[in-house]
Amino acid sequence: MTRLAAAALLALVLSPATLAAADGQQAAILDAYAAKARAADPAFTGFSAARGEALFRREWNGGDPRTPACTSCHTANPKQPGRNAKTGRPIDPAAASASPERYADPGKVEKHFSRDCKSVLGRDCTAIERGDHITFMAGQ
Amino acid sequence: MTHRILWLLAILILAYPGIDARAGGKTLPPVADPLVANLCGECHMAFPPGFLPARSWTAIMATLDDHFGEDATLPGDQARAVEAYLTDHAGDAPGGGARREFMRWVAPGGVPRRITDNPAFLREHDFPERVWQRPEVVTRSNCPACHRRADRGLFDD
Repeated sequence: MTRLAAAALLALVLSPATLAAADGQQAAILDAYAAKARAADPAFTGFSAARGEALFRREWNGGDPRTPACTSCHTANPKQPGRNAKTGRPIDPAAASASPERYADPGKVEKHFSRDCKSVLGRDCTAIERGDHITFMAGQ
Repeated sequence: MTHRILWLLAILILAYPGIDARAGGKTLPPVADPLVANLCGECHMAFPPGFLPARSWTAIMATLDDHFGEDATLPGDQARAVEAYLTDHAGDAPGGGARREFMRWVAPGGVPRRITDNPAFLREHDFPERVWQRPEVVTRSNCPACHRRADRGLFDD
């Protein structure tokens, strides 16, 4: 019984349906940011992976000196695991292909943006920046 | 016969890490609450609450907006649950047992914030600077960089 339950659970975790669900939540998060972006700027036409990549690679030097850029923790290759530059804790890759669950929980996504943007950029990220970042990572 | 029993006892004491805690203070119960483990463990190892007195955890949880330079604010209900767990399992909480060991350095009424300020920690981690400079270490509070079973509360390696 327990073995069966464990197998079922494993199948559920790894199933295409679960991954598709994570995808669906990711799309919902992007939709919410798009609505905010349109409200802030009526000329907004959509998110851009290229802008997201520029955001990711730029040396901001705006917040904590230990995290001048996103790459300070996530490395230049988002498909690789990173390391928290403050605590040394290993970090799962930022790329959605490597960590499909990363962009599935809106509360968690918001928490990470509000914390990490302050630390790297020294300010909050806009809805456009948040959507651009996820769009970039969704293609990685 | 008596000899054999004594030997057996000695082996048991050496093999059982819980007993080691009472002798040398090398183990502490890890965080057992999944919410606390997840929320604290998102950015750093979820430190065993027995390393600090309850008033330290209260002070730390009251200043999460500047948590060692990081904004670690949590929603109110989560923050309350985490604080309750940390203070209930703090080094000076009732029934502390082995955890009392870590309270000896704390001045009466003192509110230490850093586990790494404990003189016992400093004594046991008196390494040359190049050890601290290893890329996987990053900071002195990164226990699991060297203590591979730190997540289970074992710091004897």
